[in-house]
Amino acid sequence: MEIVIKELTKTFKGRIAVDHLSLTIGQGEFFALLGENGAGKTTTIKLLSCLMKPTGGDAVMLGDSIVENPQAVKKKLNISPQETAVARNLSVKENLEFIAKIYGSDKREAEKKANRLMNKFGLADRAKSKGRTLSGGLERRLSIAMAMISEPEIIFLDEPTVGLDVRARLDLWQILLDLKGQITIILTTHYLEEVEALADRIGIMHKGRLHALGTLDELKEQTGQAKLQDIFLQLTAEAKIQ
Amino acid sequence: MRALTFAVRNRKEILRDPMTLLFGMVLPLLMLWLFSMMAENMPFDLFTLEKLAPAIIVFSFSFITLFTGMLIGRDKSSSFLMRIFASPMAATDYLVGYALPLLPIAFLQITACYGTALLLGMPFTIDAIPAVGVLLIISLLYIGFGLFFGTFFTDRQVGAMFAIFVNITTWLSGTWFELDMIGGTFQRVAYLLPFAHAVDASRAIFAGDYGAVFIPMLWVMAYTAVIFGIAVWGFKKRMRG
Ligand SMILES: Nc1ncnc2c1ncn2[C@@H]1O[C@H](COP(=O)(O)OP(=O)(O)O)[C@@H](O)[C@H]1O
Ligand SMILES: [Mg+2]
Repeated sequence: MEIVIKELTKTFKGRIAVDHLSLTIGQGEFFALLGENGAGKTTTIKLLSCLMKPTGGDAVMLGDSIVENPQAVKKKLNISPQETAVARNLSVKENLEFIAKIYGSDKREAEKKANRLMNKFGLADRAKSKGRTLSGGLERRLSIAMAMISEPEIIFLDEPTVGLDVRARLDLWQILLDLKGQITIILTTHYLEEVEALADRIGIMHKGRLHALGTLDELKEQTGQAKLQDIFLQLTAEAKIQ
Repeated sequence: MRALTFAVRNRKEILRDPMTLLFGMVLPLLMLWLFSMMAENMPFDLFTLEKLAPAIIVFSFSFITLFTGMLIGRDKSSSFLMRIFASPMAATDYLVGYALPLLPIAFLQITACYGTALLLGMPFTIDAIPAVGVLLIISLLYIGFGLFFGTFFTDRQVGAMFAIFVNITTWLSGTWFELDMIGGTFQRVAYLLPFAHAVDASRAIFAGDYGAVFIPMLWVMAYTAVIFGIAVWGFKKRMRG
């Protein structure tokens, strides 16, 4: 069972944001969608997580279609949005318990899950801190923990390290590496180092279209470039000439 | 069940904001006290507690609109709404979850204002009991406006819209002056909107004049239904992306 995206397309008032995107992501894979601002990464995530209906095409998420059966798809996934989406006046623990409960946990189960995730994400000593008092790095960790608490099979991380300082970013990478292999992770970013450090496979997106797909080694071979930066520039520059 | 979980979160979010206490409670009580002191030196009876207190309670509901609108606006701009849109919750769960916690807040506002009015010397009447019921229905109108603003505007825009809204709800409601003192178009416009009707209904029920409650409440409830309808429609549209 995998994620099969077929000709997925989204237009906003005639402007195309995702342009006939087709690719397959394996179960348990850590997939990175790399692209500049406005490339269509967030829109792709919104389509795959059934927050938006596609203009055309479809995606089959571990057996269920986002067009035909969005409710079944929603149960399998969770999302850490580009803005951290943490409740400001709830504590760390309350934020986690809240998400667990809207996904169907009762009070006891929600508390158990919250405690487990706070330990895993290094948030236990801040359990009682309100969302609005957290630093960028902690807020992002909470955001990802909130996505993990529903025990999804697929998790979407939309630009998780934007605005973080070096140490917070490295800490977060470590947490993400620990998750690797357990569930399917789809991460978007415009940081090249992030892709190199984390991803099994990379998709390079530019102006709504997928320009390249493969492991870092495969991309190096395809382009004859040694550095991801040069690969990225070459693949997205060719697009401009065409 | 999910709607209740969401309602609990929204209640915490609103009650833990110090602005709620300041604008929702302290400000209306302060105005009640100040204007009732002026009543003694006024040639007309507008600021007597019997007329003032029912109107100030309705005025305090304007802030319910602000709290609801701001909460939804913030949930949009922080993508919190996106996170819960991705969950298997239904559209009605959201709206019930946003609207429900405001009712106990309205109840607190009613009791605090009425209690203060009693302390200031307003005579107690048994009519206060049905008045609570009528006022809670009126509060739904203001909750509806909050859902409406929150659905269609960002949190920053909600702040600006509220500044206009609170002016309309107070000047066009007959709280600070008698509308028939001005008359003409001004009065006609005021009575095409629901706010003057809400104040009239509140004053009538506290005065025990039950016959004068019905027609104004029809206006209020009709507006409430329309505003809720538009908010639900807009919200569902938003959910589908
Ligand atoms: N709701 C929307 N309405 C209109 N245009 C949109 C909307 N969402 C995104 N877009 C447009 O679609 C394109 C892709 O945006 P997005 O998916 O957010 O890119 P990224 O996440 O890669 O930065 C941009 O040109 C953006 O302006
Ligand atoms: Mg984006």
